[in-house]
Amino acid sequence: MAGAGHRLPGQSEDDREALTFDAVCTIVSALVPPDFQRVREMTRVKDAREVAGAERLHNSGLLLDLALVSDPLLLCVVRAAIERLTEVSGFSPPECRSITRAVDEAVANVMRHAYGGSLDKRIDVSCKRISGMVNGVHREGLEIELLDKGAPFDQKKLTARSLDEVKPGGLGLHFIRDSMDVMEHSHVNGVNRLRLVKYLSADGRGQKSQGE
Amino acid sequence: MQIAARRLDQVTIFDITGHIDLANSPELRKVLLKELKETKTPRVILNLTGVRYIDSSGVASLVEGLKAARDQNLRFILYGLSPSAREVLQLSRLIKIFEVFDNEQQALA
Repeated sequence: MAGAGHRLPGQSEDDREALTFDAVCTIVSALVPPDFQRVREMTRVKDAREVAGAERLHNSGLLLDLALVSDPLLLCVVRAAIERLTEVSGFSPPECRSITRAVDEAVANVMRHAYGGSLDKRIDVSCKRISGMVNGVHREGLEIELLDKGAPFDQKKLTARSLDEVKPGGLGLHFIRDSMDVMEHSHVNGVNRLRLVKYLSADGRGQKSQGE
Repeated sequence: MQIAARRLDQVTIFDITGHIDLANSPELRKVLLKELKETKTPRVILNLTGVRYIDSSGVASLVEGLKAARDQNLRFILYGLSPSAREVLQLSRLIKIFEVFDNEQQALA
């Protein structure tokens, strides 16, 4: 493992920090199951070209790569990681909370619906810094990708329930949609992929800042 | 999540701390429905001062509690909502259907 103090072959002392980061990314990639990796490669090409007709983005850096089992006890771990990441990415406190909520709800949906409550299935959550032109404006933002091999997402359930109904359930999708600028779902080669994007405003702060 | 109950005259206050999410919302639901459907305490109050996070499954448990209270003609009250908890109830437009107060004194009045 290329941790602190470990030098790779041909690596100078000065290069150690940068190369260690690259090495870690390589190791992380190597640990991703082949089918997840294939879906990532396929979708990366699509995202880099054009998404939804309005975005021309490129991935400018992997920030976080998490692999977890589908146990709800780990949701707090995902929330803690995403909350800190959004804070250091420059989002406002309400946006940090809403992005964290969106990812939490998305992962919980995978656990509950895609994996039907099984506790030992794999879920990948990766976060990247992205930048590029969106509707003619240069934007920077955070892209969060969830991969799982559970049951295909039911497109009929993509419609969040009416908020006028007072009943339990069906709110998770509404929270995700409300929090994020982009929400896309696909099912490729047996892998569900959910892509969420939140943009920073031009001054580096989140767009929909409310309060605080 | 931890739940502690304080039983006063005709009132039960549940002091809840921690995060309410998919991992523990069934436990909250069970406690609330037992109090409302079996014990039938006239006023059930949830102290959410120590709750930093509620997800949609937690909101669903609160809605079930509210419905059970209405069915039994009981009062179901929330107080001490954190910014995150308040945002979730506002986002779901459910904040207007709950009795929500800032503190325990108001909830007991």
